Amino acid sequence: MSAAPRFQPGARVRVRRADPPGHIRAPWYIRGSTGEIERLCGAFPNPEELAYSRPGLPAQPLYRVRFRQRELWPDYAGAAQDTIEVEIYQHWLEPAG
Amino acid sequence: MRQHHDMGGSPAGPVERKEHDYALWEKRVDALMVLLSARGLLRVDELRRNIEALPPDAYDRMSYYERWISAIANTLLQRGLVTTDELGRKMSEIEAREGGA
Repeated sequence: MSAAPRFQPGARVRVRRADPPGHIRAPWYIRGSTGEIERLCGAFPNPEELAYSRPGLPAQPLYRVRFRQRELWPDYAGAAQDTIEVEIYQHWLEPAG
Repeated sequence: MRQHHDMGGSPAGPVERKEHDYALWEKRVDALMVLLSARGLLRVDELRRNIEALPPDAYDRMSYYERWISAIANTLLQRGLVTTDELGRKMSEIEAREGGA
């Protein structure tokens, strides 16, 4: 049992800015940032639930999301086209314009 | 607020790349983790949650496998597979056998 994927490759998405306690798989440094879906990696039981011995179902779609380094780090000195890819579960993503 | 373990992107020193040997107890902790996972008695996500729940000073002070064994013990307690009393008595017994700590 899996949640339906909401995003297609190329879609612009924002990582939710939330700060719940527990085992969180969206790294702090990427929350609130906007990127682009690179691919759907599959669907997996939600590790944030597995961390509490619960089944984590329905499985959550996991995406590889591409961000521009320059947008993440104010003092980034590398090339403008440099990117970083982070794997993020769907429930941490929302559509961005 | 950023949790202590979630330090990606924070300033840090160079990465130390040298290999090192593992002590016997560290190999035993690794084996314990593999066996508990294989028998469905522990999920790696529970282990991570318990490592992440360590107070910042303990997180920084403890070695890799010290964090693991601490998290394994906490997971087994949370699941009710061992009790604090059983664990405490066994730890005392081993300390006495090994000449005290």
